[in-house]
Amino acid sequence: MEQLLDGFATALTPTHLLFAAIGVLLGTAIGVLPGIGPAMAVALLLPVTYGMEPTGAFIMFAGIYYGGMFGGSTTSILLNTPGESAAVVTAFEGNPMARRGRGAQALAAAAIGHFIGGIIGTILIVLLAPFVAKHAVDIGAPDLFAIMVLAFIAVTSVLGASRIRGVASLLIGLTLGLVGLDEMTGQQRLTFGSLHLADGIDVIVVAVALFAVGEALWVAAHLRRKPFTPIPVGRPWLSRGDLKRTWKPWLRGPVIGFPFGAIPAGGAEIPTFLSYVAEKRLSRHRDEFGKGAIEGVAGPESTASASAAGTLVTMLTLGLPTTAVAAVMLAAFQTYGIQPGPLLFQREAGLVWALIASLFIGLTLLLVLNLPLAPLWAKLLRIPRPYLYAGILFFASVGAYAVNADIFDLLLMFVIGVLGFGMRRYGLPVLPAIIGVILGPAAEQQMRRSLQLSDGSLTGLVNSPMAVIVYVVVLVIVFFPLIRKFLPKPAPPAAPARDREEIDA
Amino acid sequence: MSVKVWVSVATALLAVLLVPPLLTPGADSGESGQVRSLRVLVPNAPGGGYDITARTAAKAMEDADLLRNAEVFNLPGAGGTVGLGRTVGERGNGKLIMSMGLGVVGAVYTNKSPSSLLDTTPIAKLIEEPDIVVVGKDSPYTSMQQLVDAWKANPGTVTVGGGSAPGGPDHLAPMLIAKAVGLPPKTVNYIPFDGGGELLASVLGGKVAFGVSGVGEYRDQIQAGTLRVLAVTSGDRIPGIDAPTLRQSGVDVEFTNWRGIVAPPGISDTDRAKLVEVFTRLQKTPQWAEALQRNGWTDAFAPGDEFRTFLENENKRVATVLKDLGLA
Repeated sequence: MEQLLDGFATALTPTHLLFAAIGVLLGTAIGVLPGIGPAMAVALLLPVTYGMEPTGAFIMFAGIYYGGMFGGSTTSILLNTPGESAAVVTAFEGNPMARRGRGAQALAAAAIGHFIGGIIGTILIVLLAPFVAKHAVDIGAPDLFAIMVLAFIAVTSVLGASRIRGVASLLIGLTLGLVGLDEMTGQQRLTFGSLHLADGIDVIVVAVALFAVGEALWVAAHLRRKPFTPIPVGRPWLSRGDLKRTWKPWLRGPVIGFPFGAIPAGGAEIPTFLSYVAEKRLSRHRDEFGKGAIEGVAGPESTASASAAGTLVTMLTLGLPTTAVAAVMLAAFQTYGIQPGPLLFQREAGLVWALIASLFIGLTLLLVLNLPLAPLWAKLLRIPRPYLYAGILFFASVGAYAVNADIFDLLLMFVIGVLGFGMRRYGLPVLPAIIGVILGPAAEQQMRRSLQLSDGSLTGLVNSPMAVIVYVVVLVIVFFPLIRKFLPKPAPPAAPARDREEIDA
Repeated sequence: MSVKVWVSVATALLAVLLVPPLLTPGADSGESGQVRSLRVLVPNAPGGGYDITARTAAKAMEDADLLRNAEVFNLPGAGGTVGLGRTVGERGNGKLIMSMGLGVVGAVYTNKSPSSLLDTTPIAKLIEEPDIVVVGKDSPYTSMQQLVDAWKANPGTVTVGGGSAPGGPDHLAPMLIAKAVGLPPKTVNYIPFDGGGELLASVLGGKVAFGVSGVGEYRDQIQAGTLRVLAVTSGDRIPGIDAPTLRQSGVDVEFTNWRGIVAPPGISDTDRAKLVEVFTRLQKTPQWAEALQRNGWTDAFAPGDEFRTFLENENKRVATVLKDLGLA
């Protein structure tokens, strides 16, 4: 505790405060651009900090990291163009909210969710760092695969009214996820001999293509048939009703996000999706999901932010990067001759605690900077539709190109965008496809790794206590409807789910 | 009106913040002997091995005034072969170099890349980084001999983890060890992880029987006593690591990961000589010596033709292993 206060003393000096502010601003600006994620941002700015002393540099990097994670959600909500993979889920509810004139509320829910998730996550860093360091490595492939199975069960809740269309969409996603070099054996799959496809298709490219490009094409195809109505801009700020609906998702986010961030191969995509599904199940306004339910923004954003905090724990205490950003930060530490790992807290206590203190400061700065901006950002949507969608296409193209500075990704984005148009035309929901791209490769990798570790024996999938517990949960969820039949008082039938993608062009 | 103002302010802000780092600085005049406005292609993602090598070298060169306006950029993909394809495609461009290493040699085969490293103009081999054979502190294995005995008895359940995809250094090393102790490489149960970091968790957690990886990311854990090194793969022992070499443990293998610099094919002799010269001079700077020490790299400088011969031999060696596995 005393060390943390010392950390605050270091981080609150004007210079360090300035670095934190610059980092947060740069991170937000870069996160807003699709394609340039926080990892790229930190890498680009690495040379800038060569002349700085390490504490200042890392305070800035932490600001960029959190800022980037946050900035991604802005375009997700306003333009349906996720800036980075942790913000993909935010688009599910955030964009429909924006289109109903509740963009400012969605942005505010995201900003506050981000703040709360980050603060709780950072408190957990302080409290749990030694514990996490000890137990993160116990989570292995069988446990991760069990969680993937759970996530697949949860997919049913985003399939939409027509199960068959939902499953078709999921299969499209899983197929896109198959593309690339098989990690285990080095065999090429669906690459058609192209080196550009050997690493698979980036989930950002798929999300931007299906969400933004597909929709822009759809809107363009229908523009003449419908009268022009600009998107209404409702009143800014969260109402009391909104707050009532969001405070629980905000607090639930870290419970899901933090552990995922801390475990190897956890990342932010799967926990944000699980948070989305959980909020949908727990919400009293389940019928609003898909049309802009604020819980669906608050929960995933808080989760994403807490997972970023979780990532830092493993990186600092084990020297183990669980995401690309952490890998870049690790490299940055090493250029300063500092090796994160079990000895870091003893050897560089001053730096570590200043870094942790600056996380609190960075998050506060983010909230202070972004909350007033929310209504202003939301006004962007007042731009007449043809210009707005032209802008979206421009941003989407810049983003797809920026991922690898490769024309091929741009072509790929438009091809998948046409696919997204076709899916809308035939009423296939796009959400299951995105989930397929995220879950498919991860599930496959963990399952095959588990089986390889047990030398092909199926017991390898259930030989850890955590995996068994997760499977029991899965069974309970699957058989719950059956069990419910035998209970004295049956619950009322679930509210009718939405049919096909809501398109209000 | 206010919307427009805000949009333009935001755009201007973004442009100011983002354009400078994304654009190449223009060439300006410098003294003779200096290389100007060189572009360094890094064929893997920021934070990866080739990236750190390229950025470290570029910075040391700029600090030592050997180079002005180096622009390091990443073109990741397919184990480095996307970047290789680009380099080979830039025939005659004397202002482009690519940072590369052993991993790219294998990736050419596993990705069935149409361009080979032998198509490029080798400039210099810079560094070596030995691999280590490592287990967690609770592992039953305390010596290489013990591990090899258990491995030979049961290659399927003695799993080996590595931080690279098939064809990469961490994959090749255990295959070479297996061959040397009489295990057919095909029986080796190799589990690829996404980099040394992810592998580290599995070694610490005892998920894999042993791991093979570069020494760099593991030093701290070794020092803290949570990891035990059974052997180092280099010809000599590594200072600061209390472990024998493979040869000293009775396994006749010597293997080191290395990194170097190549240029596009068909560059002029002047350009080639200039590039070789600048890297030769880099190798003698105190800045480079300091960088080597900081990163735990071994100096393994080999200029131009020497590097080409080395590259040809490595190519053969890698091809043999991968052919045994049906990957080449």
